[in-house]
Amino acid sequence: MKIKNSIIKALLVLAFFPYFTLPLSAVANEGAHLDKAPIDASNHASLQRGARTFINSCLNCHSANYMRYNRLLEIGLTEKQIKDNLLFAGDKVGDTMRVTMNAAEAKKWFGVAPPDLSVEVRARGADWMYSYLRSFYRDDASTTGWGNCVFDPVTCKVSMPHVLYELQGEQAMNHETHALELSKPGKLSVAEYDTLAGDLTNFLAFMAEPTKQQRNRLGWFVLLFLGILLVLTYKLKKAYWKEIH
Amino acid sequence: MINETVTEKNKSVLANVFNDGLNWVDQRFPLTSNIKAHLTEYYAPKNFNFWYFFGSLSLLVLVLQIVTGIFLTMHYKPDAALAFASVEYIMRDVPWGWLIRYMHSTGASMFFIVVYLHMFRGIIYGSYRNPRELIWLFGVGIFLCLMGEAFFGYLLPWGQMSYWGAQVIVNLFSAIPFIGPDVSEWLRGDYLVSDATLNRFFAFHVIALPFVLVGLVAAHIIALHEVGSNNPDGIEIKKLKDKKTGIPLDGIPFHPYYTVKDIVGTVVFLMVFSVVIFFAPEMGGYFLEANNFVPANPLVTPAHIAPVWYFTPYYSILRAVPPFPGVSILGIPPSLFPGVAAMGLSVMVFAFLPWLDKSPVKSIRYRGSLYKQWLAAFVVSFIVLGYLGTKPSNVWGQFGVWLGNADRATVVARIFMIIYFAFFILMPWYTKKDKTLVVPERVTG
Repeated sequence: MKIKNSIIKALLVLAFFPYFTLPLSAVANEGAHLDKAPIDASNHASLQRGARTFINSCLNCHSANYMRYNRLLEIGLTEKQIKDNLLFAGDKVGDTMRVTMNAAEAKKWFGVAPPDLSVEVRARGADWMYSYLRSFYRDDASTTGWGNCVFDPVTCKVSMPHVLYELQGEQAMNHETHALELSKPGKLSVAEYDTLAGDLTNFLAFMAEPTKQQRNRLGWFVLLFLGILLVLTYKLKKAYWKEIH
Repeated sequence: MINETVTEKNKSVLANVFNDGLNWVDQRFPLTSNIKAHLTEYYAPKNFNFWYFFGSLSLLVLVLQIVTGIFLTMHYKPDAALAFASVEYIMRDVPWGWLIRYMHSTGASMFFIVVYLHMFRGIIYGSYRNPRELIWLFGVGIFLCLMGEAFFGYLLPWGQMSYWGAQVIVNLFSAIPFIGPDVSEWLRGDYLVSDATLNRFFAFHVIALPFVLVGLVAAHIIALHEVGSNNPDGIEIKKLKDKKTGIPLDGIPFHPYYTVKDIVGTVVFLMVFSVVIFFAPEMGGYFLEANNFVPANPLVTPAHIAPVWYFTPYYSILRAVPPFPGVSILGIPPSLFPGVAAMGLSVMVFAFLPWLDKSPVKSIRYRGSLYKQWLAAFVVSFIVLGYLGTKPSNVWGQFGVWLGNADRATVVARIFMIIYFAFFILMPWYTKKDKTLVVPERVTG
């Protein structure tokens, strides 16, 4: 009986755990309002579209030095597809996603070297990334011609130009409402661009921790095993303790 | 019929070989006598409850940390240029590396959870009291070692929080009068946290401190088995022994009774452990901080530097104490030393518990309401200080001009810091004054 209470207590302690998960992650992003990113690691089509956008648009300045191309096999691509469509000349399928841009020169051009994006989503959060990609607006006063209040809620300054502007078009900041309004449409509609940003964020999240799916799947089996073990060990304990009064 | 006799015969042959082997060993090494002394004939009180799981669980986590640590060391590079990448290499390219790394990073936090609960058990049942003062002191040593392990280990992933956390903590030593700046430079091996610091922290983390830690754990257990375990009633079971056998009336052999019981506790613990590892290894930023996924950059200071949760009560105390303003006449410079001293004291003060507690009873079960109120106040202040330590000090805004626009959180932290220390400082007074109940002869289950 006593050990049953103990197990209940331990489970109560476990129930308290979510309390820990509440406040901290918000600290990094104080100020900016963030939209919920449509993250779905099981949606291979979305991950593949995101990978294509990443490799075509991001992987010229930003590296992903810890990500190997052949990890894309895990999101449903074949080795041939990776070789034919996604590899740069001279790269091998087991290589990591490097860029040739020199960090010192990049710093001269942009004021700051573009960060490696391998684990960027783990540092910033997926919601931040999704909101950031959709919050560029025309700011002629800035050095790049673009502003982004998600990146810096105080100054709205950002070193990266809006690489995807041909697709999104141009947004303008309404200084009265502080809302962004589409001033010049791009090749994509607003909904299409949101999907593109969502797919890209989904891929960046996958890339930040490619083993996450496996981790979650394995977890259920481990818990099932431990659950059975708990029943057996509890019965063993009961059998031994029968004689103790 | 024939077959059975053959098996019987084989059995006895095997048994003989086993016994002969055991005798051979026993003549050269006290194997059987040690198994008896520490397991099969170590008599523990039969009324251990929930709180008594956390000693064996601490040992389990220690073993897990050492084993996972060995495998991490095989792939980790203690080099400022390679460290961050080698951790990501472990997470991605080393087979099952992510599992080993998450076990180790989660294990660090779980270690503090089980050790804090273990210490709390010692406090509520008076396990630090005569004759167990040395067990408690070894335990405080283990706790200090553990804090060192956690601190040194946290630098190794070489993320922004690793780097700036180490910078802040090492800088605390500069506040020590006269020798401080030299001490912190000596600890870093450089003028700022750098490759030299990473290398020496690696050495401390993987060999120096684990060595001391294992030694202290051995001393902790040897001392425990010398005097015997306390129990939730806080009475000495050795006072009442069976006249014929000399076995305590309320004692049962540790093996098999507590081994089978601790296995159940272990399985429940592993379930909790697995939930974190497989479903929430960052624990919302409390076990793995988001900023630590950005490589260390000596030129960019993060906006908010907070230690990992298990250090935050002491960190809160550090921040709550006002700095020494300096005396211009004597030429003594202003300094953060009072805060640093208070933080050191807030950890070391646990060592004095055996001599601060003047109550005639050990266990909370027979103490009066005065003690219970003080203990509750202490627990609340520990949790509030811990919470505030994770936040910037302006988290609750400021008071008005009437309080000099002081940060609300700082004022609250100061109040709870006073309660924290008062729990210890006033203990001789309130434990003596408290009305206690009569302690029974035998354990009550």
